[in-house]
Amino acid sequence: MAELDTSGGGSKKGGKVRSKKQSTRVDLTAMVDLAFLLITFFMLTTTLAKPKAMDLAMPDKDEKNEQKMEVADNRTINLLLGKDNKIEWFMGQPTEPLTPPKIEAYGKNGIRKILVEKNKEVIAQTGDPKKGLIILIKPSEKSNYKNLVDVLDEMKIINAQIYAIGDISPMEVELLKRDGLF
Amino acid sequence: MPRVKIPRKSTAIDMTAMCDVAFLLLTFFILTATARQPEALPVDTPGSIITMPLPDVDVATLTVGQGKVFFGVAGQNVRVRTLEILGEEYGISFTPEEKTRFKLMNNFGVPLGNLKQLIAMDNSQRIKAGVQPGIPTDTTANSELYKWIHAARVATKEINNTSLRFSIKGDAKEEYPVIQKVIGILQKQEINKFSLITSLRGVEK
Repeated sequence: MAELDTSGGGSKKGGKVRSKKQSTRVDLTAMVDLAFLLITFFMLTTTLAKPKAMDLAMPDKDEKNEQKMEVADNRTINLLLGKDNKIEWFMGQPTEPLTPPKIEAYGKNGIRKILVEKNKEVIAQTGDPKKGLIILIKPSEKSNYKNLVDVLDEMKIINAQIYAIGDISPMEVELLKRDGLF
Repeated sequence: MPRVKIPRKSTAIDMTAMCDVAFLLLTFFILTATARQPEALPVDTPGSIITMPLPDVDVATLTVGQGKVFFGVAGQNVRVRTLEILGEEYGISFTPEEKTRFKLMNNFGVPLGNLKQLIAMDNSQRIKAGVQPGIPTDTTANSELYKWIHAARVATKEINNTSLRFSIKGDAKEEYPVIQKVIGILQKQEINKFSLITSLRGVEK
């Protein structure tokens, strides 16, 4: 880069008076600052935008030989995903729920608390840490994709062993309708 | 007596090299960041705590948003082979030029009848809203999406001798029935394992 040495030029010998030359040097500090700021920005945005893949295994849907897995009612919790980001949950079968259906929100103070609590209860009942809570996720037509991903995410967070996505039955839809979630 | 000046060293550092490096890196990052193709169907993926990145090869992506479904498969050779298989099935022949253009399409969402039209379009025209109405889906085994998925699986097996993985990239606001339909189509082909594409978020403690 073009640059002139102006540091005390000519004053070594003394005596001679020289007219001071204007420096052509530009202060690059601000420019470098800006460049690094932008680099940081682009680095962070590019690495964070990488999509993540959540693996999901659906239960086999064989139409020919339909075999239903028997699940113990007292270990089963049903999560009905309704509208307005609300979940209705109950234990057992929809025909004879073991607990009255309750409405819960998503997130750590909502459904996660319930699931952790119930999981502990079930393990205490069965006395076997491997026989934990069985979670049936039943999204209704009024729920959105984010709700489903949120619930699946909760499964990962609480490290649920057995969970499945199932179809909602008309009876459960009625239940959601009754509580204004459909 | 003339005054003797003590020459003082400047404290300014030469920033030129640093500036050069900084801008070189900046250029690199800007280019890599924008190299991704603009999506024809922009979706806002929901967040999850999953940190496993999506694989780059042998993966097909079903983009779901605004009630439409778009299809895309990674790997240019697989893409062309998929087109050939489907063309044979429906009796549509594609010219080599059309195949080359199709190679570069990351994803698309038009009925097969309009595919030639879409291939002829410019990239900037393709991503305009309303140009691509989505791939026709219904739950029967004859829907075009079903055929696309099947053809892509066959093509991957032929070329790479691996099985194709499927991922669903859904919009957070998308209603569940649409997602259910797509999952139903996958399950009809006995694909019970697939991935949901999410973006990263921290876990609330």
